[in-house]
Amino acid sequence: KFFIVDNSDKLILENTNPRAVNVDLQTDATLQVDISDALSERDKVKFTVHTKSTLPNFKQNEFSVVRQHEEFIWLHDSFVENEEYAGYIIPPAPPKPDFDASREKLQKLGEGEGSMTKEEFTKMKQELEAEYLAIFKKTVAMHEVFLCRVAAHPVLRKDLNFHVFLEYNQDLSVRGKNKKEKLEDFFKNVVKSADGVLVAGVKDVDDFFEHEKTFLLEYHNRVKDSSAKSDRMIRSHKSAADDINRIASTHSPLSCFQTLFPVQKIEARVAADEDLKLADLLKYYLRESQAAKDLLYRRGRALVDYENANKALDKARAKNKDVLQAETTQQVCCQKFEKISESAKQELIDFKTRRVAAFRKNLVELAELELKHAKGNLQLLQSCLGVLKGDT
Amino acid sequence: MLLMECVLHLYVSTVELSLDSPLNDRKKKDAVKPSLSAPAASVASSSSKAPSKTLEELEEEESEDKFDLNISVTNPEKVGDGMNAYMAYKVSTQTSLTMFRSKTFTVRRRFSDFLGLYEKLSEKHSQNGYIVPPPPEKSILGMTKVKVGKEDPSSAEFVERRRAALERYLQRVVSHPSLLQDPDVREFLEKEELPRAVSTQALSGAGFLKMLNKATDAVSKMTIKMNEQDVWFDEKIQDVENEEQHMRKLHVMVESLVNHRKELSGNTAVFAKSVAMLGSSEDNTALSRALSQLAEVEDRIEQLHQEQASNDFFTFSELLADYIRLLGAVKGCFDQRMKAWQRWQDAENMLQKKREAEAKLLWANKPDKLQQAKDEIAEWEAKVTQYEREFERISATVRKEVIRFDKEKARDFKRQIVKYLESLLNSQQQLIKYWEAFLPEAKAIA
Repeated sequence: KFFIVDNSDKLILENTNPRAVNVDLQTDATLQVDISDALSERDKVKFTVHTKSTLPNFKQNEFSVVRQHEEFIWLHDSFVENEEYAGYIIPPAPPKPDFDASREKLQKLGEGEGSMTKEEFTKMKQELEAEYLAIFKKTVAMHEVFLCRVAAHPVLRKDLNFHVFLEYNQDLSVRGKNKKEKLEDFFKNVVKSADGVLVAGVKDVDDFFEHEKTFLLEYHNRVKDSSAKSDRMIRSHKSAADDINRIASTHSPLSCFQTLFPVQKIEARVAADEDLKLADLLKYYLRESQAAKDLLYRRGRALVDYENANKALDKARAKNKDVLQAETTQQVCCQKFEKISESAKQELIDFKTRRVAAFRKNLVELAELELKHAKGNLQLLQSCLGVLKGDT
Repeated sequence: MLLMECVLHLYVSTVELSLDSPLNDRKKKDAVKPSLSAPAASVASSSSKAPSKTLEELEEEESEDKFDLNISVTNPEKVGDGMNAYMAYKVSTQTSLTMFRSKTFTVRRRFSDFLGLYEKLSEKHSQNGYIVPPPPEKSILGMTKVKVGKEDPSSAEFVERRRAALERYLQRVVSHPSLLQDPDVREFLEKEELPRAVSTQALSGAGFLKMLNKATDAVSKMTIKMNEQDVWFDEKIQDVENEEQHMRKLHVMVESLVNHRKELSGNTAVFAKSVAMLGSSEDNTALSRALSQLAEVEDRIEQLHQEQASNDFFTFSELLADYIRLLGAVKGCFDQRMKAWQRWQDAENMLQKKREAEAKLLWANKPDKLQQAKDEIAEWEAKVTQYEREFERISATVRKEVIRFDKEKARDFKRQIVKYLESLLNSQQQLIKYWEAFLPEAKAIA
């Protein structure tokens, strides 16, 4: 599936599997997007976004461009800031690629090269490279899932910015946000959450949305908790695996330790991989449930605006002043609110369907992988024991 | 397969066979395949030599070792209160050996009794080059917690560790054919009441090691030139040094592993609870049930991790600690031999001096002092002969002891590895059961 070429501090990855890794999405022949390969350089990752489409909007049927993380963020933010999309769950932005920890480890290893045997060094290097590769694969998958979600969405897939993102083969020149803009964002979020509390307090007339609100608030918190705890669990697992690796690599006269630790290594590393499957799923739904909450917030805001517009209209009618203006405002608010409500309902139903499907897929795959590895380990252990016992 | 090669290299470096034994007077027989050797293919790079009569000699002795004697140390019980309290352990013996009064018997012993036994054995046998197994270490902190009556998992763990260590200690003592014959050992196992062992300070665990290390340093500072025949000993002491270093390194790493596994177990339990909460807030019924099942699976996995941690610990960490102490005792043997050699050399020098004195007297013609000189020469000649014999005897003993030690070490570690692999196997089987039960629940999500 993945083909890697290692050039000291460059990693090139070719992904020949077009399906999204994490989320169960329907592939549509009219627009297929994937990340066909990626290149990791010192401090940035370059993704090759590959598109296949029969839509007339594009000049060709198949084409590729190179994009960096900031350009994905630009696209995501443009969706969020677009009033037209207020009634949709905006696919969550992929997290920034973070190789710092892994790179630091590799560097430390390089510095400590003199103090260990060639064998030890090679083994540790292999382990760290595998870790680096795993993180790299994950970030590619996260970016790919984002694009696939957009491509699968009936409205967002038609977005012009999206098409530009896919097709324009020059740099989009989207500089990262500078400090001032980041601060502005921060305050916007603070206001939003204060608002969010306010809006959430208003009981909704519509049972469906009232239920969704209660559900999402609780669900989001629980997912956040599970996600954090799965991370901690995986970290311990990795630490244990590192210990095992170190033990197995020591060149000791007591070479018997080298016998069982290949077995342990498999178990430890594999368990970590699967945990990652579970952890990734939780992280993704943490972001998705946040996006769903944001939708509810926007609807709630629109409802408040609508109710305020109603009150203003009543006041205007009572005073018989600026009635027409008040009526227009009220109508606009009403339309906006109803438009959001309609699409939001469908979005939330789809969200549930997607969530259930994704959990099913991942939990089934998790169980199947665990079984496969446990059975493999069992065989390995049995043959080990056979040799050891038969040796007497 | 790489793994197979690793397994086959298991015994190559731990079994050292010697070619000539000064005590060997048996007829040369056909080479007997050693019970622990690796197949020919992987022997190439090792330093093990062809099987010899010495090994055969040992194998015969080993079959004598396979006596019927089982010892267990159980039922730790706190006796008394406050700072005078102590733990008493039940020491049970099952045997068919005729030297004991009955076939099964039990006594109660406390930690200082074990130390007392060690002290007596060490006094008698160390100087002859025997490897006297060192007892478990004293621990003021651990015992204080127990005395004060702190009922927490760490003090329970401490008591269990000590119990297991005392059991291993006794098993090692009785599996030594010469030590088993010592009446103090019999008394320890059989006698109802033992006189309280005093002055166990100097010779317990750490104190002993400190003493040994000082002795080793002193010895290595002496520029002793030993003759050709002792190349085996030179190589061996180097091996022992290297091995001790590696074991210390490994021990640190295994301790780290044990801690991380304990951490993992804790985090898995916390995660399981979190997943259960997530499941209860999920509004799709099938998914909700699947998540709570997942929580249960993770809970059970946490149990497995716990057991694994305890396994890692008792199987390897404690074993490594035992062997680090044992290697200290082995070094002690070599020192005793060195001392014996020194005694012999000193006697030779003294004899030489006496002969020179006699020569001087003859030349100076002082007949009255001559008889005394002759007497002294005779005295020192006898001493030289005695010390030389002692040195040869201790050399032979040390050699035999070290070969025996290597064998026992290989056997010990092999046994533990087999136990460990079997426990891992068990875990995998459990895991398979858990995930097989979970899979249909996951598939049922709709």
